Amino acid sequence: MTATTTAPVAAPPVRTPHGPNARLRAWATRAPLLPALVFMIVVTQLPFVATVVISFFDWNALYPGARRFTGLDNYHQVLTDADLRHSVWTTVLLTATVVLASLVLGLGLALLLDRRFRGRGVVRTLLIAPFLVVPVAAALLWKHVLYNPEYGLLNGLLHYVGGPQPDWISDTPLLAVEASLVWQWTPFMMLILLAGLQSRDQQQIEAARVDGAGDWQIFRHLTLPHLRRYLELGALLGSIYIVQNFDAVFTITSGGLGTANLPYTVYQSFYQAHENGLASAAGVLVVIGSIVIATFALRVVSSLFREEVSRA
Amino acid sequence: MNVVRRGGLGLLAWVTGIVFFLPVAWMALTSFHSEQDAATNPPSFTAALTLDGYREFFGTGGGASPWPALANSVVASLASTLFVLLLALPAAYALSIRPVKKWTDVLFFFLSTKMLPVVAGLLPIYLFAKNAGMLDNIWLLVILYTSMNLPIAVWMMQSFLAEVPVAIIEAARVDGARLPTILARVVAPIALPGIAATALICFIFSWNELLFARVLTGVVAETAPVFLTGFITSQGLFLAKVCAASLVISLPVLAAGFAAQDKLVQGLSLGAVK
Repeated sequence: MTATTTAPVAAPPVRTPHGPNARLRAWATRAPLLPALVFMIVVTQLPFVATVVISFFDWNALYPGARRFTGLDNYHQVLTDADLRHSVWTTVLLTATVVLASLVLGLGLALLLDRRFRGRGVVRTLLIAPFLVVPVAAALLWKHVLYNPEYGLLNGLLHYVGGPQPDWISDTPLLAVEASLVWQWTPFMMLILLAGLQSRDQQQIEAARVDGAGDWQIFRHLTLPHLRRYLELGALLGSIYIVQNFDAVFTITSGGLGTANLPYTVYQSFYQAHENGLASAAGVLVVIGSIVIATFALRVVSSLFREEVSRA
Repeated sequence: MNVVRRGGLGLLAWVTGIVFFLPVAWMALTSFHSEQDAATNPPSFTAALTLDGYREFFGTGGGASPWPALANSVVASLASTLFVLLLALPAAYALSIRPVKKWTDVLFFFLSTKMLPVVAGLLPIYLFAKNAGMLDNIWLLVILYTSMNLPIAVWMMQSFLAEVPVAIIEAARVDGARLPTILARVVAPIALPGIAATALICFIFSWNELLFARVLTGVVAETAPVFLTGFITSQGLFLAKVCAASLVISLPVLAAGFAAQDKLVQGLSLGAVK
């Protein structure tokens, strides 16, 4: 996929060489770039092209002899299959819920941590921990240690206050996956937003305060507009990773109980059902969905980037 | 009033910090409990501490040894990080210090590959590996992890190298310094902290990766996260062992992340947030 958004970025002066050595020198500036470029094209673009080709074939790995071209049949099947359509919906719901919830929580925490208080560094360190636990380990922790209906910590704490003892994963499977992901991603959002808060223009805030602006007015009219790009950056980087989430779905529910998202479904349809063509078509659809996010994402990142270049 | 409110907000920050940390703390505590004490309701905060969970995890209790998986993770993470640096450093140099034409387009191409979902290329990679006899081979993971982290590294490194003032490089050149000297004496000292941060992030992402490792490795090349997925079926009978395993496998990332919190932010936002 090459969703190359050509952003109108003010480039620094690039020397245009003249004379007989011009060509040679142009290649000399390009040369350091080539290994990385060639490597990326070979390892990421070629397999995707192959996926597109396979998606037009009826190809079950268990019956390799029966492989044949079927045109758009796989796409038709993916789009009309109730399970697959459901996994599209699950992906959208999971991504949107986790990104929004962790952004809002992250914003609240960033605002709290932006103030001076005793032990701020310690609290920040405590808050970062969830993001640093290996994702599979985090998912195992939630599944067995927190959610378990008999001896999990959540029901244990509820027991003390005489609350109900729900079976979290069976009763609210998607919510259970989402909660664990929100727990993991809130620190990430907090870190980005905290960096945004600390790059505010303090003089401007002081001036507004002198002019009689209250906390809420300063937040609404100065802080929030300043944070907008950081919120967008957090949302988009978060989306890129959460749309592709595999670890939590795989570990907590194994895709059961209606929590299978597209990455899990693709994994399952080729790893367990050996439906290569169908899996590829689903994979291509994931990419199309991602391109929609990506074009938007690249625009946001390029606007951040533009500012930085003009600052230089 | 103001003092009370400020104190209250500080307290609120402490409470949320502790709530977020609680699962990790509980995991650590449970890892030191015996299996019986780990699986009680209501939970026991005062049960006797033991290293049984760790003994069990490291295989002295008769289970499969985690050492090969840990060694594979170390190899895959370190080797891919090294390759990323080798490929990304020259590329970032060509994109910042002596920029090629249309350097922003190239930069965005790298980022766009990051938005290609892993599942979209998984099947061809699997088929290729199978035909090339590279299934269950740790070096296949090294190549894939390199491609997974290279775009991020190029972005980060580009932003770090762009901080080296061109005027200093020009001055060194006027003084007769040649390229290797300039790189070693001028560029490296300014860019080294950034390079270290890049390496750290690449290491973390490789260490955490599950999908590629799960699909493309088996017995020989399984990584630590794949080893952990072996606990998914165990219905909580080995809670202390699961906690010990999770903690041990998360330890490198936790230690590295705590040590480099600020650099982590900068890296995770691709150098866009300073």
